[in-house]
Amino acid sequence: MAADDSGFVAPTIQQFFPGPILFVGTPFEMNRIMVIRMLAVIVLVVWLWLGTRNMKLVPGRFQVSVEGLLGFVRNNIAIETLGEKDGKRFLPVIMTMFFLVFATNITGPIPPLLIPGSSVIGLPLVLALIAWVLFIYAGFRKLGWTYLKNALFLPGVPKVLYILLTPLEILSTFIVRPVTLTLRLLMNMVSGHLLLALVYAASSFFLFTLLPQGNFLGLIGVGTVAFGLVYLVFEIFVAALQAYVFAFLTAIYIQLAMAEEH
Amino acid sequence: MNTTLVAAASESEHSLLIPELPDLIWGTVGFVVVLLTFIFVALPRLNKLLDARSAAIEGRIDEAKHAREEAENILEQYQQQLAEARTEAGRIREAAREDAKRIRADLVEQAQAEAARVVAQARTQIQSERDAAVQSLRAEVGSLALDLASAVVAEHLATDRNATAFVDRFLADLEIEHASDGRVQ
Repeated sequence: MAADDSGFVAPTIQQFFPGPILFVGTPFEMNRIMVIRMLAVIVLVVWLWLGTRNMKLVPGRFQVSVEGLLGFVRNNIAIETLGEKDGKRFLPVIMTMFFLVFATNITGPIPPLLIPGSSVIGLPLVLALIAWVLFIYAGFRKLGWTYLKNALFLPGVPKVLYILLTPLEILSTFIVRPVTLTLRLLMNMVSGHLLLALVYAASSFFLFTLLPQGNFLGLIGVGTVAFGLVYLVFEIFVAALQAYVFAFLTAIYIQLAMAEEH
Repeated sequence: MNTTLVAAASESEHSLLIPELPDLIWGTVGFVVVLLTFIFVALPRLNKLLDARSAAIEGRIDEAKHAREEAENILEQYQQQLAEARTEAGRIREAAREDAKRIRADLVEQAQAEAARVVAQARTQIQSERDAAVQSLRAEVGSLALDLASAVVAEHLATDRNATAFVDRFLADLEIEHASDGRVQ
């Protein structure tokens, strides 16, 4: 953002591609977002480590909060969707989906980080591909080749219709699902960050550029700050919601793949 | 101007939808690290806790069941003991009543015997005293009669054996008559 003249510069997607700062020139090159993403991972690991260390039958306050969150994903996402046995089987991945997405999302509203670690396509894409591999694996593991047959050739449909339906099924099951998983998360985070950045930039422009010039239009800045605060809270909500949606859809896809009837 | 061009050029290199290698690598690393943390740290600990908790709850339920059974046993024992004590008390009361009856009967019997004895003794005493009285009365009456007769007949009859024998006979007759009178009374 060039603030050296009185012009207003809106944030661009360049925001998501800051210059490299670590391991420059290697495949492990880190820019600010990668650092924030790994910071979120480290905080998450530490939180899990401390939160599950020395757990008591009668929990204290900290343990209640950790247990409550872990229990929510375990019971309300994994076991409720997949049942007791399969829920426990796929629990590590579903847990990882939820908490990793949440940890990298929540860096968006937290100063001074102020950008989600999941706002570049790498992480959403990796997670979506893992979900994709996982539900295909689950289907084959449970039903063998019948899984593919059921998924591509819907049972109980006239054979002629397969010419039309099979390509659609391939598209919806094996292409649209990972793409939507990726894009839903990515675009929520990108748009959320852009809007927040826009509001901050606008507030700064109104209050610190226009107002000192004696331009009372600068008072609009008060409104944009208020909107920014509300939107910040909304972003926190979205961070949790997207984590829930991602983990829940992963569980649902696994469940659908393992269902006997399509 | 130059920097703006460079910035624009570098901007065109990046796309929101095309992943770059470091981005993919750090995404994967993040996933693997968190997944391993869950598999080897968080979930085993959580499962251990949940198992321990359900075991504790089951243990407590067992304990409660045990305690209730014990309490029921003790209650039963107490009730049995109470019933035994009641029977025992009844038995003792019955025995006491029997004893009391027996003692009362004994006492009455003893009292009656005592009374009979006292009566018999009194009767014996009365009889002997009467006998003594009669004896002494007879002697006295005898001597009185003799004195009287001596006085009446004076010296004429004082030495007369017939007269003395007559008086004795008279007195014996008198006694027999008196004894038969007493028996009639």
